[in-house]
Amino acid sequence: MTGTYLGMPAFPRAAAGSTRDARLRANLTHATHTIRDKRARAVAELDDWAQLRAAGAAVKDRTLLRLDRYLEQLEAAVVAAGGRVHWAADAAEANRIVTELVRETGEREVVKVKSMATQEIGLNEALEQAGIRAYETDLAELIVQLGEDLPSHILVPAIHRNRAEIRDIFRREMGRWGRPAPEGLSDAPAELAEAARLHLREKFLAAKVGISGANFMVAETGTLVVVESEGNGRMCLTLPETLISVVGIEKVVPTWQDLEIFLQLLPRSSTAERMNPYTSTWTGTVDGDGPRTFHLVLLDNGRTDTLADSVGRQALRCIRCSACLNVCPVYERAGGHAYGSPYPGPIGAILTPQLRGLAGPLEESLPYASSLCGACYEVCPVAIDIPEVLVHLRERVVEGGPGVRRGARVVLKPAKGHAAERAAMRAAAWAFDHPGVLRRGMRLAARTRGLHPRRLPGPGRAWSQDRDLPVVPPESFRDWWRRTRGGSSGQPSRGEGDAG
Amino acid sequence: MRVALFVTCINDLLQPRTGRAVVTLLERLGVEVGFPEEQSCCGQPQFNTGYRHATEPLVRRFDRAFREYDYVVTPSGSCAAMVRDNYPRIGAKAAAEGRGRELAEAAALAVPKTYELTEFLVDVLKVEDVGAYYPHTVTYHPTCHGLRMLGLGDRPLRLLRHVKGLELRELPGAEECCGFGGTFAVKNPAVSVAMGADKVRHVLGTGAEAVCTVDNSCLLHIGGLLTRQGAAVRPVHIAEILAGTEAGTEERPTTDRAEGGPPTDRSARGTGTGDSGRGTEGGGR
Repeated sequence: MTGTYLGMPAFPRAAAGSTRDARLRANLTHATHTIRDKRARAVAELDDWAQLRAAGAAVKDRTLLRLDRYLEQLEAAVVAAGGRVHWAADAAEANRIVTELVRETGEREVVKVKSMATQEIGLNEALEQAGIRAYETDLAELIVQLGEDLPSHILVPAIHRNRAEIRDIFRREMGRWGRPAPEGLSDAPAELAEAARLHLREKFLAAKVGISGANFMVAETGTLVVVESEGNGRMCLTLPETLISVVGIEKVVPTWQDLEIFLQLLPRSSTAERMNPYTSTWTGTVDGDGPRTFHLVLLDNGRTDTLADSVGRQALRCIRCSACLNVCPVYERAGGHAYGSPYPGPIGAILTPQLRGLAGPLEESLPYASSLCGACYEVCPVAIDIPEVLVHLRERVVEGGPGVRRGARVVLKPAKGHAAERAAMRAAAWAFDHPGVLRRGMRLAARTRGLHPRRLPGPGRAWSQDRDLPVVPPESFRDWWRRTRGGSSGQPSRGEGDAG
Repeated sequence: MRVALFVTCINDLLQPRTGRAVVTLLERLGVEVGFPEEQSCCGQPQFNTGYRHATEPLVRRFDRAFREYDYVVTPSGSCAAMVRDNYPRIGAKAAAEGRGRELAEAAALAVPKTYELTEFLVDVLKVEDVGAYYPHTVTYHPTCHGLRMLGLGDRPLRLLRHVKGLELRELPGAEECCGFGGTFAVKNPAVSVAMGADKVRHVLGTGAEAVCTVDNSCLLHIGGLLTRQGAAVRPVHIAEILAGTEAGTEERPTTDRAEGGPPTDRSARGTGTGDSGRGTEGGGR
C-alpha cells in the first residue's frame, strides 16, 4: 500500500520537479522555518550546549570504536532479562526474521511505533507480501500510510502535506482500514487529531504484536529507549503480548550516564522541546507487566561498512533528530522525496550512499545535493561535519578508491558519466599550476571579451539559463600589477616564478 | 610585516577591480603589499567537486608562492576557508596514503598566516574605521564560508558601519545560502536558482542600491540573477567599498562589472564602461 523508493531518479531531476511545485514549496518553507526558529530558541536556553554537543559526539565515537564489545554486552543483558536477540546482516535478513516471528504468533496484524530502521528495510512491504498488515500509529506516519505516500522528513514524515490535504486523506481512506473519519471532519488540527485518535484506538486495543525501533539501547542493562510525543509509542510498547524491536547497531550507548547526554540533545534539536512528552524504556520482559515476549533484531545493513570509512563513519553518530533537514536550504526547496530514501536532507545525502554503497545514479548524485553552506554541521547535536563527508563521498564518486562492501575490502571504480568533468578539472588544475599558461589564457579571454555570448549552449546552459554570465574585463589583475608595478612581486624580492 | 595579496583566480580574471581595491586599501593603511606571481588558484573548485588529487599541486604552489610572507590576505571568504579547513585535510590524507608529510607541512605553514581581508583588518591591523567613503545604501550578505567556516561574525559589519556616507540596510534571511556553491550551481541548477531567487527577493526588498559580500563568487551568482531580472541593484565586494575615499574619485563606482555604479546604467553591460577603472586605482598610494 505504500510507495517505493526503487527506481527513483537522480537527485537533480527530482529536485527540479519540486522547485516548480508551489504548494510543496509553501508547505516546506512554512514548516521548516517554524521548527528551525523554535530549535534555535530551545538550544539557546542551555549555557552548556557546546559541551553537551562535544560530549555526545565523543560518546558516540568511543562506542563506535568498541561497537563489537558493547553489542555483545547488550545482547547478554537483554537475554538475561528474558529477551531474545537476533542479528540481521541486511534488510532482507531482518525482514525474514521479523516476518517469521510474527508468523509464529499466528497474528495477521501488527501495530507499529514510528521507526526509521523499519522504513529503511521496507518492513511494511515485506510483511504485506507475507499477508501481514502493519498499522503505523504515529500521526504523521498514519497520514503517509493512508495516503499511499512516502515519508519526506525524519521527524515529521508528512511535512509535505498541509491540513486540507490531510483532511481529504482521512475522509477518503480511514474507512478502508478501520474506523472511518467522523462525519463533516474539518481541517482544524484538534479535529484531525481526534479522528486519528479514534481510528488508532481500535488498533491499539486489538493488537497482539507490536513492532518498534529504538532511539537508544543501553548496553549495561540491556534497556531500550523510545522517545516520542504522541503516546502511541507507549501504547504499542505496553499493550501487545509480543514486542519486536528492529534497531540499527549504532544505536547502542554504554551506560545510563551516557544516555543522559542524548536525552538532553535530542528533544531540543528535534521538536525544540526541553523534554519530549513520552520516554519509554524497557528491559527484557517482566511478569504481569507489558509484553510477555520480546525480540530484539540488531540491524547492520551497511553500518559495519560505513564504520570502516575513517571520514564517513561520523554519519553513524546520527540520532535522527532532523535538525539538519530543518535548516537546509536545499531540502527546503527539493523536498524529502528527491533524496530517494527514508533519510532525506543533509544526513540522508551522506547516509544513503554509505549504507547502500554508491550503487547507482541516485546514490552517486546525493553527495552533490548540497551547496556546502555548512548550516547542517552548525546545528548537528553530535557535530557530524556533513560538508566534510559530502566532499569525501564526491571523491569516491569521481575517483573511486578503497571501500568496504559487505565486510570485504574493495576498490571502487569511478562512477560513469564524469569523464568530461574529470578531464576539465584536471586541465584546469594543470593550467593553474602553470601561471604562464594561465596568463595567456586570461589575456585571450580578455581580448575576445566582445565576442563572449550572453548565454551558453550545452552544459553551460545550466548556468546561463537563469543567470547572466560575468563580463571578462579588459585586463587581469596580474597584468595590471605587472604593468603598474613593473613585474615586481613587492617585498620580499623573489623570482618571477612564471613556470608556464 | 611581510604581507602578500592572494587575489584568487576568480578575482584575477573576472574581478580584478577587487584586487586593485585591496591594494589601494592596504597601502592607504600603511601596509606594503606584495603580489607573488607564482600564485594561482586555491583549488577549491577541484577539491569540492571530489578531485582532491588534482588539488595537491595547488597546495604546493600556494606554499611556494607565499613561503616568504608573514601574512597572506585574500578578498575571498571561501578561498581563505579552503586553505584553512581543507589544506590540512589534504595533507593528512596524503600522509595517511603513505605519500609523506610534504603536503601536511605545506598546510601547516599556510593555515596560520592566511587571513580573509576583514579578519586581517580587524584582527591584525586592529582597525575598524578605514577612512572610507561610500555614499550609497548597502545591504550585506554574509557568505556561508565567511559566516560558518571562518566565523567572521560582525567584523564586516563593523567595518561597513564606519564607512562615511554608507547607509546599511539589514538583509532578511541573511544567514541563508545564496545557492551558488561552486559546481553546485551547475550540477543542481534548479535548486541553486530557487535559492538565489529568494536571496535576490530579500535583497530587492531592502531597497538598497548595492549588495555587498566578502566573496565575489557568490556575487557572480547573485549578480547574474539580478541582471537577468533587469534589477538595478549592484553587486559589490566589500574591498571596493572600503577602498573608496571622499577625495579619491578613482573609486567612483563605475566598474568592470556588468553594471554601472548606482543608481546604475544597465545598458552598459559588457562593453565600454569596463575600461573606466583601468589604471586609475592605487591613487591612494
